[in-house]
Amino acid sequence: MLLGPSLLLSALLFTIGVIGVMLRRNAIVLFMCVELMLNAVNLTFVALAQVLGVGGQVIVFFVMTVAAAEAAVGLAIILAIFRHTRSVDLKNINLLQG
Amino acid sequence: MSAEPVFYILAVLAVLSALLCIVQRNPVASALWLVSTMFSLAAIYVLLNAQFIAVIQVLVYAGAVMVLFLFVIMLLNLGREGSDLRGKPVRLVALVVGLALLGELALLARLTPGSLAGMQGSLPGAGTPLGAFAAAQAVLARGDSASVGVVGTIAEPLFRTYLVPFEITSILLLAAAVGAVVLAKRKL
Repeated sequence: MLLGPSLLLSALLFTIGVIGVMLRRNAIVLFMCVELMLNAVNLTFVALAQVLGVGGQVIVFFVMTVAAAEAAVGLAIILAIFRHTRSVDLKNINLLQG
Repeated sequence: MSAEPVFYILAVLAVLSALLCIVQRNPVASALWLVSTMFSLAAIYVLLNAQFIAVIQVLVYAGAVMVLFLFVIMLLNLGREGSDLRGKPVRLVALVVGLALLGELALLARLTPGSLAGMQGSLPGAGTPLGAFAAAQAVLARGDSASVGVVGTIAEPLFRTYLVPFEITSILLLAAAVGAVVLAKRKL
């Protein structure tokens, strides 16, 4: 069944993703950490789908679609920011700081 | 061979790759370690009877999304600068927040399986979402767990119960494609 270990692994991966978001300043690596968190949540859905029916696996399908759309738009935004500031480092992207 | 040892090997691989992903200085190395995590997760999905999801994981995540990331990293010619890790105070905060979050999630993960075992089959409101999965539940009841995650059992609820969300997803993808093109064209 492996439900408990799967949920623990998912918790670990999500935490690593959160720490990565807080630790890094590179916008693209930040995006990759968000993808890692989405993957951890997907693992939870798949693990619980074993007990509660295949609905969980259908939701994983939707999460992947949204993640793909998010990556496409996010990377386009990063490209536009790079053209503006010549950098993807978050310390150089502080227009809203005033 | 039992599934448990394989699961633990893959779990260790996934966590190690994820850790290396967030500490690598070079974004390309970071992306490749993330691909390694995703492959380990795909293998774990197979162990959890989600074969279709495992294939999609490799095709969409490890394939399409990560290639997009690598393409952008190489297009922008990143990785020549020094480390982009934040300073000591932020690292400390990240560690504390991470440990607190891990504690909470682990507590939830420990509590959930036990309460779910008693809930199985007698969920409150089981008639609404779960009733639609009669076919899948029948498969589960037969103990034929190997065929739970194949394409047919996923497609059944996807094109019946979740038909409207499925169509909305296609609109979302269209909007994302149009948005990406517009953002990439204009000057910000």
